[in-house]
Parts: sequence; C-alpha cells; structure tokens
Amino acid sequence: MRNRPLSFYFLAAFFGLFLLFLYGPLITIFILSLQGPDGALTFPVRSFGFHWLGQVFQEQRVGNFVEPFQRSLLLGLGVMGLAILVSVPAAIAFRNRFRGSRIIFYLTIASLIVPSVLVSLGIGVMFQVLGWETNWFSSGLGAHLTWTVPFAFLIMIGVFNRFNPSYEEAARDLGASDFTTFYEIVLPLIAPSLVGVGILGFTLSYDEFTRTSLISGQDNTLPLEIFGMTTNVTSPALYALGTLTTVFSFAMIGAAFWGYQFFAKRQRE
Amino acid sequence: MNWKSLQPYLLVTPQTLIFLVFLVFPILLIGVVSFWGFNGYAMVPGFTWDNYIGVFTSEVALKIYLNTFRYVGLVWVCSLAIAFPVAYFLAFHIDSLRWKVILFLVCTIPFWTSNIIRNIAWVPLLGKEGLVNQILQSLHLTQQPLEFLLYSDFAVVLGLVYLYTFFMIAPIFNSLMRIDRNLITAARDMGASGFQVLKEVILPLAAPGIAIGSIFVTTLVMGEFVTVRLMGGGQSASIGKLISTQIGSLQYPLAAANAVILLAVTLVMVAAILQVVDIRQEL
Repeated sequence: MRNRPLSFYFLAAFFGLFLLFLYGPLITIFILSLQGPDGALTFPVRSFGFHWLGQVFQEQRVGNFVEPFQRSLLLGLGVMGLAILVSVPAAIAFRNRFRGSRIIFYLTIASLIVPSVLVSLGIGVMFQVLGWETNWFSSGLGAHLTWTVPFAFLIMIGVFNRFNPSYEEAARDLGASDFTTFYEIVLPLIAPSLVGVGILGFTLSYDEFTRTSLISGQDNTLPLEIFGMTTNVTSPALYALGTLTTVFSFAMIGAAFWGYQFFAKRQRE
Repeated sequence: MNWKSLQPYLLVTPQTLIFLVFLVFPILLIGVVSFWGFNGYAMVPGFTWDNYIGVFTSEVALKIYLNTFRYVGLVWVCSLAIAFPVAYFLAFHIDSLRWKVILFLVCTIPFWTSNIIRNIAWVPLLGKEGLVNQILQSLHLTQQPLEFLLYSDFAVVLGLVYLYTFFMIAPIFNSLMRIDRNLITAARDMGASGFQVLKEVILPLAAPGIAIGSIFVTTLVMGEFVTVRLMGGGQSASIGKLISTQIGSLQYPLAAANAVILLAVTLVMVAAILQVVDIRQEL
C-alpha cells in the first residue's frame, strides 16, 4: 500500500457517509416491509415475515396494484421502443454538423430542464382545448417521451462519438447502400448500447410521476397509484409495495448492465 | 437539395416532431391560455391580464415564490457541498478506472428508481416515532421527539437534496475526469500547495460541470411538487405545488399564468448561470 495523504481518509469517510445517506432510507423500508402481521410503520420490528409483501397482491381496500403495474409495464415498453426508434436516427444525423443542428440540440436539452409541471399542465391544456380525453397511453405516453427521449438521444450521441467509422467506410467501398450499411454493420455494433438505453428508458418511464400526474386520465400508472396510497394507507403494505417496485427497478438496471456486457462480449468473440 | 444534404433533416424529424407536439406546442398553449378567462368551472377563450394581475398582487403567491427560491438556494448549496467532494474523491483518489466507474455507478443507481418511494423511505427515519428520534432520545440528547424532522421545510430540502444530488455529481465527475493530470503535476512542481491546486487549477476546470449540475438542480427544484407534498406536510409551499393545486380545482388560466412566470424565472436563472460559466466546451 502506498502512503495516502490525510485528505484521502477524510474524503473516503465522507464518501462512505454519502453512500449511507443514499442507501440508508431504502434499506430501512426493505427491513420494515419484511415484518410479520403485527408490524407497524416504525421501528422496532417485532417479528419478521412476508406478510406485507403478500398483502400487496391481495385485494386491497384502497386500490389495486396489479392493473397499474400492467399499465406501467406496457407504457414503459412502448416508451422504450419509441425512444430508441427516434433517438438512434437523430443521433446518426448528429455525427455530422448540419445547419440547425444546434437548435435541435438545445430543444432536446430544453425538454430535460423545463420544469416538469409545465409539461404536465401543457399537455393537459392541449388535450382539453382539442377536446381529447387524457389517457395513460396517449397524453401519458407523450409526457414520458419528453423525459426519456433526451436521455436516449444524449447517450446515443456519446455512443456514436466513440464509434469507429472505418467499418462503415469499408462496407461502402464494397458497394453497400446506406440502408445495408446501417442494417449489417452499424446496428450490430451498437446493439449492446441499444439494450442498455432501452432498459434505462424503461425504468425512467416506469418510475415517472410528475409529468404524468395531471394527465393520466381515469386509470393510474403504478407511481400514481402509490402516490394515492401515501395519503390513506397506514400499514407496512405501503413499504412492501415500495420494496417490490424498487427491487423491480434494481433488477431492470441489473438487466441493462448485464445485457450490455453480454452483447458486447459476444461481439468481441 | 440533393439526398445527402437532406438526409440529416429526415433523420432528426421523428424526434423533433415529438418535441414539437409534446413540448413546444403545449408550452405555447400555456402562454395563450394564461390570457384566457375563467368562469368558475371552465376556461373561457379571450384576452385578459387578470390572471397575471392576480398573481402579482397576491401576497400569498409572492410568499410562495420567495419560499421556492429559498428551496432552490438551500438545495443548490447542499447538493454542491455533497457532490463536489464525492466527485473529487472518485476522480482523484481512486486509482483504477474500473473502481472509479463501479463506485460512480453505485452513486447513480438510486436515481433510476422511483422518486416517490425514495421520499416515503424517509418517513420511518424522520417521523415523530422514527428511528432518528428514537436514537436521539435513547442517547438522552433530546428529551422530546424533534418535530421539525418531518413535514417541515427541513424535510423538504433534505428530500430534494436526496433526490437531485445525482444531477450535480454526474457532470462534475465528468469535468474532473477530463482534467489533464499533467496540469496538476506541473502546478505542484512549481510549488503550489494542495489548496492552491484546488483553487487555481481544478475549480476553474470543473466550473462547466458545476454549471451544468446547477442548471439541472435549479430547474428540477423550481418545478417540484411531489417532495413538497410528501415531505412538507400541509404547510410547505412551492410554485409547483401551487400550480398543481390550481389545476386540481380546474383553474387552468391561473395555473397557466403561474407556469409562464415559473418558466420565465427559470430561464432567467439558467441564463444567469450561463453568463458566469461558459459550458460550450462540455457539449
């Protein structure tokens, strides 16, 4: 071990505290959701068990989580597909400078930094004025796209920045058309990144609340259902539901990294 | 126009259409509706300044705006104070690139999970019978449970810092990673102290990252209402919460006027940050 300066230990301790701050609350609700039937909303834990996790799947007095979960799942998949479909061509266009590229870039950034309540209100007003009905799969989908597409686009720009163009040039020299080059050369090469971007887009949509909150129509997505629950549920079932969706999100993030590495490895072989 | 020069425009069309339909048009419509009237249950097309006059002459609205600025300021200071040391530690004190990336990912994972759950998770810690109060009382540091921990401005700021520090860490880490290590060695060789290196070399080069993080934190906090609702209880207020309440009672024109002001204030803040720091090299 080389000699480390004092600042290393100081900052390492700070970093450790930061991780505690970051994960402590999540660990707390994991523990509290694993209580027996006599469990309460606060410590101490009297007994451990899976009672409350089971409760989530039972018929609830205050709401039903299976259908909102299915909606969020479908919506996430749709958002994921659309985000990839539009952001990949856009990122390809950005490999070369073109007139107006700057404006389009700023438009994308604007979509990320516009206060999210404006997106919700704006789309709500738009549907109202046009006389359309708001629904999670129409207005909700649009709101989710304003949040996920910029992320997908920025990540894809990063991917293409590190992309070696010599393979494409070779294909073109051999007489391949633009479409063939994309389909045969570029697509397989960016496939690992697409898996990652797709799943991250999915989790962003799956957990989105603010932009959807005013415009989901009659049927709630899962985060909206959970939000409704916070005001009228006073049992650890709330934590159990939180634990389950967080575990699901973690699994998705894990799948994103695993998928990325799996395809990247297969590519190298 | 031949095919080659048209190609980039065709490629960006689908994405741009999405932004035009679901971002630009709705926001323009908010601008229009902010001049409409309201008859008690629906909005009435027309042109009136009443909504804006209503906002600017209302003492309550003014207080809410000031309170939102206070949140922005506090969250900005706290998230910067946390993010810079964390990013600095990862960038300069962890030697292997592999570990840098792994530890950075560990910092980012909670960001990809639900904001609502992350807020709720504080309740069993901060509540009146929460873990923090239990510990404080069992150590005899306090006699009574501290009430300000939850459902207070303190809780709101804590929740916001908890949710959004990631947006500060990522750009600062990115800036720090790009700093040429030779610059630091050179500064040291010329006799600079550790503090001088930080002040004269690292901070100026990290400024664009700090600026980008500040833009994200500022804009996210400006429009926030979930955390204010969940962590603030009934008393705390922000512009976002005000707007969502007005929408809840179908007062769209009034909500739209507030939204326009919110957007204008946010843009002024972003412009101010860009005046101080040139971020173009990061884009």
